[in-house]
Amino acid sequence: MDSQSLRWGYFSRMGIRRLYGQCKGGDSVTKGFMKRGPCALAIALLIPLFFVLNVAPKPVNAEGEASNLAAVSSAPALSPIEQALADLSSENAETRSAAVALLIEKGDASLIPKLDEIRATADRLVRQAIKPVVDLLKNRANLTSELPDYRRSAASDLASTGRREAIVWLQAAAAKEEVWWVRYTMEESANLLEIRSGDFAAQQIAIKKLGELRSQNSVSILKELIEAGKAAEATEEQKTLMSAASGAILEIDAWSTKATIIETIFRGISLSSILLIMSLGLAVVFGLMGVINMAHGELMMIGAYATFITQQAFIALLPPEHFDWYFPVSLPLAFLASFGVGWVLEATIIRFLYGRLLETLLATWGVSLILMQAARVYFGDLTAVIAPQALRGGAQVMVGVYLPYNRIFIILLSIVCVVGIYYLLFNSNLGLRVRAVTQNRNMSACLGIPTRKVDSYTFAFASGLAGIAGWALTMVGNVDPGLGQNYIVDSFMVVVTGGVGKLAGTIWASLGIGGLNKVIEPFSGAVYGKVFILIGVILFLQWRPSGLFAAKGRSADA
Amino acid sequence: METNKSQEIENVNLTEAPSEEHGSSRREFLGQTGRVAAGVGVAALLGNLGNYALSYAAGGPPIKIGILHSLSGTMAISEVSLRDVVLMAVEEINKAGGVMGRQVESVVVDPASNWDLFAEKAKQLLLQDKVSVVFGCWTSVSRKSVLPVFEKNNGMLFYPVQYEGEECSKNVFYTGAAVNQQAQPAVEYLMSPEGGSYKKFYLLGTDYVYPRTTNKILRAMLLAKGVPAGNIAEEYTPFHHQDYQTICGKIKKFAAGGGAAVISTINGDSNVPFYKEFGNQGLRAEDAPIMAFSVAEDELRGMDTTALVGHLAAWNYYQSVDTPQNKTFVANFKAYCKRNNLPDGESRVTDDPIEAAYFGVYVWKQAVEKAGTVDSVDKVRMAVYNQKFLAPGGTIMMDCCNQHTHKPVIIGEILKDGQFKSVWRSKGLVKPEPWSEFTNPEKGCDWITHQGTYQKK
Repeated sequence: MDSQSLRWGYFSRMGIRRLYGQCKGGDSVTKGFMKRGPCALAIALLIPLFFVLNVAPKPVNAEGEASNLAAVSSAPALSPIEQALADLSSENAETRSAAVALLIEKGDASLIPKLDEIRATADRLVRQAIKPVVDLLKNRANLTSELPDYRRSAASDLASTGRREAIVWLQAAAAKEEVWWVRYTMEESANLLEIRSGDFAAQQIAIKKLGELRSQNSVSILKELIEAGKAAEATEEQKTLMSAASGAILEIDAWSTKATIIETIFRGISLSSILLIMSLGLAVVFGLMGVINMAHGELMMIGAYATFITQQAFIALLPPEHFDWYFPVSLPLAFLASFGVGWVLEATIIRFLYGRLLETLLATWGVSLILMQAARVYFGDLTAVIAPQALRGGAQVMVGVYLPYNRIFIILLSIVCVVGIYYLLFNSNLGLRVRAVTQNRNMSACLGIPTRKVDSYTFAFASGLAGIAGWALTMVGNVDPGLGQNYIVDSFMVVVTGGVGKLAGTIWASLGIGGLNKVIEPFSGAVYGKVFILIGVILFLQWRPSGLFAAKGRSADA
Repeated sequence: METNKSQEIENVNLTEAPSEEHGSSRREFLGQTGRVAAGVGVAALLGNLGNYALSYAAGGPPIKIGILHSLSGTMAISEVSLRDVVLMAVEEINKAGGVMGRQVESVVVDPASNWDLFAEKAKQLLLQDKVSVVFGCWTSVSRKSVLPVFEKNNGMLFYPVQYEGEECSKNVFYTGAAVNQQAQPAVEYLMSPEGGSYKKFYLLGTDYVYPRTTNKILRAMLLAKGVPAGNIAEEYTPFHHQDYQTICGKIKKFAAGGGAAVISTINGDSNVPFYKEFGNQGLRAEDAPIMAFSVAEDELRGMDTTALVGHLAAWNYYQSVDTPQNKTFVANFKAYCKRNNLPDGESRVTDDPIEAAYFGVYVWKQAVEKAGTVDSVDKVRMAVYNQKFLAPGGTIMMDCCNQHTHKPVIIGEILKDGQFKSVWRSKGLVKPEPWSEFTNPEKGCDWITHQGTYQKK
């Protein structure tokens, strides 16, 4: 009983709002359709009801909402629509299409549940008849949604329906729209519909407009117009359209080249930042300590799993509205988890192997296999990390250039990491000691630097960096036991190309490899892109065996 | 090594026994562990003996079957479930009295996702353990690697995964889909008005034999149906590819103007970065739906499904299929995983290959009973033909002569909870065609009137 009244309060309010809008004539399509008399009457009846039942409104499922709505506003004026709804299931194709036309013209989103109901029991023909109606009505309602993404989706979907009725709605929505990207899509869609209209003057304007909008979506239809204009039996009008269309395509293509260049640069930087953030820790261990750490990838995996565990803890312990906070919270945890494992690894295995490059390689490879299989046994494969809302989707910075947030985030993170490492190595006491031990271990020991401690901190710190990389990578890839293996080869490639022991080398090498990869890939495909990069690195190392930035001077031989 | 394995399996069945320990304190538990382990060992032994005696009493020595699925390495994530379901089927059969009154004994080996090891383990199963039938393999390359072993030693393999076709061996029964039972109907659906009348197709796959062959067939089919070559794009990525920026950018350009769909044969761990990037670049299932042939419920368990909702997949079975026998099957599988303390226990899901592996065991059982013997592979093989079975997803039928299975095709839409909503279902069963009518119209596969692959007139 109680929940019933709650529902009624909500529906009656909704009903009033809708009726009020219609009576004021705000809704141009239903304006002539609804008589003002019954409207006022209905409102007069409903207002007291609304006040009586106005308890905290609660969202309910859409189906119940609309059927109630229909009950509230069931004025006799609705009957043509009801008639049309009945006609939809008719055997006669003409009756059906007439009903469809009527529903598109006069219906609104409240009809959707009813249509869905019909659809559920209908056969294929009826379903096909209903689909455009539902699409149009839904999208029309979504044009005024509160979420920009919905408005944009609705606008682009309306373009693909090919119904002229939508042009007016799109233009009206565009006039009120504040988000430029949404407005852009609305205008684009309206013009795309206009171009198909067959009205010569409107088509000319639309073509010009689409060219100005640099609309990539219009290229296919513009090409069709050009084809039509080239045909032997083309009319004068078609020829005019053809020249206009080719002008527009030129404009669009020029812009698209520009956009592609910008996007390629961004992708290159993004890939580079991922490479960089993976190889930083490796560069520290390999470069400064002379240890080939094959378990570096698994330390990343540990960071990723720490993120996953934090997420699960948030899901289990905290209310869902705090969920997105798991991501920042898991940063220190990922760092500490990998830091701890790295520290233990150094204390139990690595420290016996300093100066024996090949043995470190084998031992750490063994460790990596153990860690990997352990993760597989313990976690299995139920390990998805859900990106926080802020890192989903992307920003449309200009027409044709769309930058995903997660990539922007990783680029920023890698910059922060590089700055942090530089600060730590060149501006702090610890960094001074690390550099001293790297240059001359015995002399540093003589001067009272605890080289054991420095080793252990450096290794643990580098492991922590791997943990951060793993944390960040949960945003682009998956969390699974093989995570480390996917990246370890690339990381080594970057470190070796950059020159062992040089951070600047690592940075430049990741930029070079990442950038080159993204420049080559569009032409060669992903498989050969990788092959070309490997060949390039091999040739490069033939030319400069010690990498981009070779260590010089006395320390080079150490 | 081997005895260890089979003992492990026996122990699995007995894990219910020591459940009384849960009440005692941890220290006591630790103290008792030794004794308990010894006890379990003895119990296992006794149980075994009892089983053995019983089975002898019933109708003869147990029938040995082999299970050849990777339990470690990269493919373990997918293949372990198949081992589990085969063991479950064996348990069910044994409980119901076995095959011809004889108990079934499984020999489980672990080829560790290593293709050469697959051949080695297959040889071991056939020659050393002398199993009557083997249930196994997932990837096409592992199947290709064991094929010579089975052909040379006249073994019998039930292969439960959808594959690229172009194979016709009398020693393999394919209970998964051929290309014309999965990829072809899926693309035909996308081209139909009901599916959205798509006109442009982006064929994207991982670079190995299954995607390459499937896409070769699809391309031939699309061209035959009048799709211009300019509207078909084909692209491959290496295994474990992680960076899908460029490809998603290309798809976006390709899809501009609408009417484009992506046909994905991407396999394994590349799927997550691909779907994530796809969503993050602002592409939606409405602009360009991804139709996937390698993403099933078991893979979706490990993914964040927000990026996948609304995309499509084509299979012959989904966990959500609404049949009474499927409800029982799903419940049994979950209960089995829980009872045997398998990882993830009750939250395990079933999917197409799991179902195909499951009914494979029953088809074999029916065939053995029809043939009246397990000793002759050839007699059992002849008995498999035309076998019908009420599988969880609906009745299936083994083909009369080409070693494949008649199955229904279902297009599913991915839901938020990692399950599928069926949006289209083929009318009746689709006849399998190992040789595609589009790429190899002149070839056929028939082991009754011909000797395997033959030239059609």
